[in-house]
Amino acid sequence: MEQLIPQIVFYTFSLAMVLSAIAVITVRNPVYAALFLILAFVTCACIWMLLEAEFLAITLVLVYVGAVMVLFLFVVMMLDINMDLVQQRFARYLPVSLLVAVIMLIEMLMVVAAKNFTVELFPMPAPHPLGYSNTEALGELLYTKYLFAFEVAAVILVVAIIAAITLTLRKRPNTRHQDPSKQVQVKKEDRLRVVKVETDTEYGKHT
Amino acid sequence: MMDHLMALGWILIKILAITIPLILAVAFLTLAERRVIGAMQVRIGPNRVGPWGLFQPFADVIKLLMKEVILPAKSNRFLFVLAPMLTLIPALVAWAVIPFEEGMVLAQIDAGLLYVLALTSVGVYGVIIAGWASNSKYAFLGAMRSAAQIVSYEIAMGFALVGVLVAAGSLNLTEIVLGQQGGIWNWYFIPLFPLFIIYFISGVAETNRAPFDVAEGESEIVAGFHVEYSGAAFALFFLGEYANMILISLLAALMFMGGWLSPLEAVPGIEGTFLAAPSIVWLLLKTMFFLFLFLWFRATFPRYRYDQIMRLGWKVFIPITIVWILVVALFVVKQWLWWAP
Repeated sequence: MEQLIPQIVFYTFSLAMVLSAIAVITVRNPVYAALFLILAFVTCACIWMLLEAEFLAITLVLVYVGAVMVLFLFVVMMLDINMDLVQQRFARYLPVSLLVAVIMLIEMLMVVAAKNFTVELFPMPAPHPLGYSNTEALGELLYTKYLFAFEVAAVILVVAIIAAITLTLRKRPNTRHQDPSKQVQVKKEDRLRVVKVETDTEYGKHT
Repeated sequence: MMDHLMALGWILIKILAITIPLILAVAFLTLAERRVIGAMQVRIGPNRVGPWGLFQPFADVIKLLMKEVILPAKSNRFLFVLAPMLTLIPALVAWAVIPFEEGMVLAQIDAGLLYVLALTSVGVYGVIIAGWASNSKYAFLGAMRSAAQIVSYEIAMGFALVGVLVAAGSLNLTEIVLGQQGGIWNWYFIPLFPLFIIYFISGVAETNRAPFDVAEGESEIVAGFHVEYSGAAFALFFLGEYANMILISLLAALMFMGGWLSPLEAVPGIEGTFLAAPSIVWLLLKTMFFLFLFLWFRATFPRYRYDQIMRLGWKVFIPITIVWILVVALFVVKQWLWWAP
């Protein structure tokens, strides 16, 4: 019983994950593909949760599902993709893509080869005691043992952000545009002038 | 076997004990909104159904359920029906880690704060999918606005929560509240004041409430993402939005205003009485205060323009939060704290 429930949960989520991952690359509609990718991420997070990696699992949902895929969907929904054209190009790019695929397959096989993943090498991890904080353990490792790698990753990300911004930033000199920062700082005195107008009417003089 | 079933049944009872009062709260919040805004605009508001209009929400629910659910001919049926559920489910699931009092929590998990943040960000899919599946220009525009807005404000909100986490030294919501013990000056809204303000404003933006409700924008895009919805499906969107409002208010109370701790905790003369004791009543009162702010904002502020929303999120809130996280971190490292870490 103790073993059975986690196994049922594991196989259910693994099946869902593998099927949705296959669906990502087989469905025609790009919006469906993005939605299946989200499903794959969520099921993957559930499997990580089974491994007691709750920090990583929640972060996966937070970062990939909550932010990255929202932007993905944002772009994909705006595209008007002509699937016939995509299929025509399929044959043309086939040799190059096959080469890349074969290289990636060899690389993956070298890492995920059966001899690297035997039961002897990976014994069942002992469950952590009740007060064990995954977040704290991860933080400690990240800021002590892997501090240098962590900082390098941060620098690379900052460079990537700046590069992406400079690539998309174009200044077109002759366009008119609003500057909301200036607009919100406008005071009543800048725009409004209360004028007292003396009026003459047939009933007399009003001021 | 029996033990497992018992445990499961107990969890189900707890879930019902959270969701049923929550749904009732949503029902009466809609009434409160109409009455409060009515009073602010010198109107009466609904007062005909039952005493003081108290049965109005039930009349509304019955009306919505009796209406026909219309599926637009060119819509994507499956996603169109799925979208309202995707709005409501994360809004309800997030309540699993909310502590109502010390020990009164469904799931005592260590990464509670992250869990809540993750689920509130997942809620945007309901809006995006609704907009796309409706196959309508207005709905689609609303969905795009909502996606951009939520992604932008989530960053500011996340950074505000990082400030709380630095001050409390824990991601567990119960421990965050217990870290604020010892009187009102220990509550995190004082040392984290800018983050508190930014958190609440981002919360208003995340729930698509006025003045950040460009996703609905009645005057330009009719009703935005839910323009094609009717009847029960429309009611689900509403339920999700109001459940999220209550969640954001409750979280603001937990993280910045001492949760269930009494504001009179350290006042001399009343120690030991019910006024100084921590209780769920304080938490609910604080939540109601924040909910009142939601309604007040709606009655007061005109809707932001889309580019102004983006400017506020990216150019004002995110820099302020980053600076204040550094300030708080400095306070914690140098031990310049009057509150206990």
